[in-house]
Amino acid sequence: MKDAAMVNVREKKLGQATRDAYGDVLVELGRENPDIVVLDADLSKSTKTAAFGKAFPDRFFNCGIQEANMVGIAAGLSYCGKISFVSSFACFLTCKGYDQLRMSVAFPSANVKVVTSHGGISVGEDGVSQQSIEDFALMTALPNFYVIVPADGFSAKALIRQAACHKGPVYVRCGRPKTPVIYDNGVRLQMGKGSILEEGKDVGIIACGLLVYEALQAAQILLVKGIRASVVDMHTIKPLDTDLIENLARKTGALVTCEEHSMYGGLSATVSQAAARIHPVPIETVAIKDTFAESGAPEELFEHYGLTAKHIVEAALKAVQRK
Amino acid sequence: MRKDIIRMLAKSKSGHPGGSLSIIDILTVLYYEFLRHDPKRPHWEDRDRVILSKGHAAPALYAVLAHTGYFPRETLLTLRTLGSILQGHPDQKRTPGIEASTGSLGQGLSIAIGCALAAQVSKKDFYTYVILSDGECNEGQTWEAVMSAAFRKVDNLTAIVDLNAHQLDGSTKEILNMDPVPDKWKSFGWAAQEIDGHDYRQIIDALSWARSVHGKPTVILARTVKGKGISFMENNNHYHGVAPTPDEAEKALAELEAKTF
Ligand SMILES: Cc1ncc(C[n+]2csc(CCOP(=O)(O)OP(=O)(O)O)c2C)c(N)n1
Repeated sequence: MKDAAMVNVREKKLGQATRDAYGDVLVELGRENPDIVVLDADLSKSTKTAAFGKAFPDRFFNCGIQEANMVGIAAGLSYCGKISFVSSFACFLTCKGYDQLRMSVAFPSANVKVVTSHGGISVGEDGVSQQSIEDFALMTALPNFYVIVPADGFSAKALIRQAACHKGPVYVRCGRPKTPVIYDNGVRLQMGKGSILEEGKDVGIIACGLLVYEALQAAQILLVKGIRASVVDMHTIKPLDTDLIENLARKTGALVTCEEHSMYGGLSATVSQAAARIHPVPIETVAIKDTFAESGAPEELFEHYGLTAKHIVEAALKAVQRK
Repeated sequence: MRKDIIRMLAKSKSGHPGGSLSIIDILTVLYYEFLRHDPKRPHWEDRDRVILSKGHAAPALYAVLAHTGYFPRETLLTLRTLGSILQGHPDQKRTPGIEASTGSLGQGLSIAIGCALAAQVSKKDFYTYVILSDGECNEGQTWEAVMSAAFRKVDNLTAIVDLNAHQLDGSTKEILNMDPVPDKWKSFGWAAQEIDGHDYRQIIDALSWARSVHGKPTVILARTVKGKGISFMENNNHYHGVAPTPDEAEKALAELEAKTF
């Protein structure tokens, strides 16, 4: 069952930001497949699509600050056989382009890959207007969309490659900061299948994005307290790996979900819904409460809004107690 | 003002110098010469409204709000830190003097129309100003609002567009050329005037003109320089969203010290 190997997490090794990995893999994909086209809305330096634009200027469309129009153009390109990658910050693209994502992309199941950067509150100092804490909710609500949240640069590359091969709409949320390295080269990740990073029988911690590293840290702390935790990187929120959820719920009897997103409509909602249906167990949620965040350094915001290993440990202890 | 913008951005190590420096002259004239407001009563019902639609230029507005007495100048140095009233982008709930939470471009003109219509509905004589940027005019919503203000003859509203000819990824000419800008606004039914947005005389004249126009919304199209006032920032789009390093800040402050605007 163990399909992914964990690199030493005790010492934090910072690797590529997921958005940088996206920029790199996009150029590789562009070289391999002439049907790939890329669209951005005046944020190509930040989303890292600029490298593709430089390498393939005739297949790159910087639409200006026009997220809705851009999604429509991306849809049209895909109707005519192209594989459209469309990028901006997570909040602008999902919020401003939502009706277009719904009608022009999701409804016809168009071959459009929506890859955003600056997801979550790890955006930091720019504050609320640039921090997306509702994109999982928005994007999981759209039929036909896959929703993916890579935890590090390696997994971002692997999953975006799979997204490119998948026929249909995929949403991938990347982030601004460098990420702690979770995966070794050579690990096989599969879109739609959670990857088990730690196996323990007392509690199952299911995380995505930057919270995967925090979850691994939490598992170490829990071990000292005599609690053995499983840790799963649920990089694909939708379609959810319900087999894994079932096995985990049966084995551990208590779950914790962890995400850099509102407590509503994201990983917590999806996992809880599945577990309630398949094998109900106590579940605790580590996510942003029903509030907007604010400006601040990313680490400070994680602490303030309850997204660190410490918070995961507390949640795990609570879940175990409720068994 | 410019010095405060540099100081606060250097301290916070992040933020948008270019678009703050291009709009600061206009904001200064607006607040000191035209606005009916009372910094001690930021929620006074009859105050004129200013909406900074290009929210990333918040440091410029914060500097003006501090200088006019909305909050102490020392507060400026808390910009972008956890718990500060001065968020990276404007937050109307946290900061006295901020009328609208912005930062997602393209929304301010619609809000401004709402404020102007509210004044009409409640028979009040407060006036609404809204500051937009040129890249921001890429957004469809801006043009929906342009249409709607003209149709409704919202003449207690003035839009000011900071035409600094740059957006994030490059110049407006490269990314999405919208020239001729004045013709676009005029053809949608607005009264438009083009000015040099760093010339105080021209700013004053244009703002007076705007108040004298009836039956149409007015727009002041201000030709500006991104990063204005600091030699190495002027027209250098690197400083769109990158704060000055301590060395650069020192250099910038020395330059500003040597100049009078
Ligand atoms: C809806 C939306 N899309 C993208 C951004 C990211 N962004 C921030 S500033 C900027 C460029 C703005 O250029 P312009 O409007 O010309 O402002 P200025 O040059 O005056 O700073 C972009 C794309 C945003 N804030 N809002």
